[in-house]
Amino acid sequence: MTTSGKTLKPNTSVKSALGRLASNQLFIPILALILLSLFVLIAKPSFFNIEFKNVDGNNILQGNLITVLDKASELAILAIGMTLVTSASGGQDISVGAMIAIAGSVVIRVVKGYAPDISGGQFAGMIITAFLLCVVVSALFGAFNGSLVAFFKIQPMVATLILFTAGRSIAQWINNNENITIKDNRFGYFGGFIPGVPIPTPIFITAICLGIMALVLKFTNLRLYSQSVGINASSSRLNGINPKMMKLLTFIILGVCVAVCGFIKVSRVSQIRYTTIGNAIEMDAILAVALGGNNLGGGKFNMTASVIGAYVIQFLTTALMSFKVPSTAIYAYKAVIVIVLVILSAPIVREKLNDLKKKLFSSQQTKVKEVS
Amino acid sequence: MKKGLKKIASIILSAALLGSMAFSIAGCQKSGSDLIKVGIINNNPDESGYRTANVNDLKNTFTEENGYEASFFYNNKNEEQIAAAKGFIQDGVDYLLISAAGTTGWDSVLQDAQAAGIKVILFDRTIDCDESLYECAIVSDMPKEGETAVNWLAAQGLDEYNIIHIQGVMGSSAQVGRSGALDDMVAANDNWNIVVQQTAEWNSETAQQIVQSVIDSGESFNVIYAENDDMAMGAVQALDQAGITHGVDGDVIIMGFDCNAWALEELLAGNWNYDGQCNPFQASTIDNVIRNGATQKIVYSEEKGFDATTITQDDIDTYGIR
Repeated sequence: MTTSGKTLKPNTSVKSALGRLASNQLFIPILALILLSLFVLIAKPSFFNIEFKNVDGNNILQGNLITVLDKASELAILAIGMTLVTSASGGQDISVGAMIAIAGSVVIRVVKGYAPDISGGQFAGMIITAFLLCVVVSALFGAFNGSLVAFFKIQPMVATLILFTAGRSIAQWINNNENITIKDNRFGYFGGFIPGVPIPTPIFITAICLGIMALVLKFTNLRLYSQSVGINASSSRLNGINPKMMKLLTFIILGVCVAVCGFIKVSRVSQIRYTTIGNAIEMDAILAVALGGNNLGGGKFNMTASVIGAYVIQFLTTALMSFKVPSTAIYAYKAVIVIVLVILSAPIVREKLNDLKKKLFSSQQTKVKEVS
Repeated sequence: MKKGLKKIASIILSAALLGSMAFSIAGCQKSGSDLIKVGIINNNPDESGYRTANVNDLKNTFTEENGYEASFFYNNKNEEQIAAAKGFIQDGVDYLLISAAGTTGWDSVLQDAQAAGIKVILFDRTIDCDESLYECAIVSDMPKEGETAVNWLAAQGLDEYNIIHIQGVMGSSAQVGRSGALDDMVAANDNWNIVVQQTAEWNSETAQQIVQSVIDSGESFNVIYAENDDMAMGAVQALDQAGITHGVDGDVIIMGFDCNAWALEELLAGNWNYDGQCNPFQASTIDNVIRNGATQKIVYSEEKGFDATTITQDDIDTYGIR
């Protein structure tokens, strides 16, 4: 009997390892990504081709996967801020699309005043000024949202509804409602390619943002504090955390994320169109958080899962586009897949699944005991 | 404490109510003057350069000095526009000027207007409804714009046309007209192929993604037919990033619509090949119809198409939308 016990033991440990894996929050978004890739691989293997291409003497990488990484940048950066806001305030910011319009408008406002023939150094200085200004402005608007939520205890969705409605008008007002196009090629570097670099710039910008956030989460109490505020604000206050400041802080961080997105977005097309820029991106950002299996009611969060969620969304969009699904129908396809993923990653369903697993597992254990 | 608050709130509310009533009475008295009251329903001015020019043109024409009292409503959604039209009818305007976001759904509200004795003038875009429901429609002939563009393309005499067709918001008359001409041509000719046909909803970034997707798939194409200038620009950016040449001596023919000044400058520089005009200046015609009555149901604005090889700086100054 001991021999059978020995053979059973590794078996159960493998099972529990699988169980641990399945109960990990990263499991669902990664599984989704793998399944989607498999499906695309079968339906259209050429989707994964990546090639070097010579453009005006520069070698650049080209292919659908690069496009996914490139175009998901804004969403991944937004997902960082949205996850924090969700965690601390238990609600979502629906004004990010409108705030992107504001941020982009600020950048354009600074850049449009300069002559196109200024030297590289001057140009860099101007871009840094434009970027910093747009960060400050967005952080202020974030603080506005945050203070409504933190100090006036307004539901986040209602509080951000104000800027959701007014933001695009503010963006228009910043530039006197002119439709501006920037002629300088160098302005397009940040949404396209820097000469001599084979990878699109937004990928680097995203990597920097993710890196900074990873360091912040590792070396500060941001994660612990925002989670505890989200789980129970009054008890965290009794433990010396200021819930109001935490909520405000998360909205300000989201504001900074929005500034980076706005900057990338206007650089991509070298122009600003106030009604179309970042249209409905807030919903995708919230979706990324949900796909990551995070509880939209606040509390514990997994940042990596949210970011992967953002890439899943873009992968889906790019894949559907390459299958030539009409872009009006893309939303419908997206919806179907999203429903499945969100239900699977919903905390309740996962709890049920875990219970089911435990039951199966324990019944097996009792069987083993009976045998021995 | 709470009761006191409630009391204060109710006092404020009733004061506001009274105030608004007084206001509306004052409004009524004002309309008794001999100004012509018009309600103007339009799309968002920042939708495109075209729209901005259109809105400014209307604003400059329907002023008090010219004898009008104009109220404006801007929205890109059909339902919102219809709701606003109902509001204008209740306000008792004399004329209702509509540039509809969608072509359908307007019948009942136009009937209400007719019953209330309000004259309806459609401008810029048509509506699918009985002709008797409006006085006059001053519109761009979108199918003709499409036809002019497609005929120009056919005259280029390429051996094979592999076209990326980037559409506007589906169902808008600009999209229907401009797509229609191309669809007919593709159906009639074997050497005309659509590589991809998708809507970018007038959005340059979506257009960029659509073209990027075709480039990534490694399919070949030699024409980009974008239904407005913004989308053509987005498409060109994707080409530039991939190092594909375009324009007069390039591999890909670029076609846009609306004649924004910056787009015509691209034409003059040889980066694009064709831009179709969509005339945004309808206000003087509308003014004329209100003063002298309509002579025909549909008045078409005159529109041109510009070729990169023949365009001049004068054309940009005269026809470019700034």
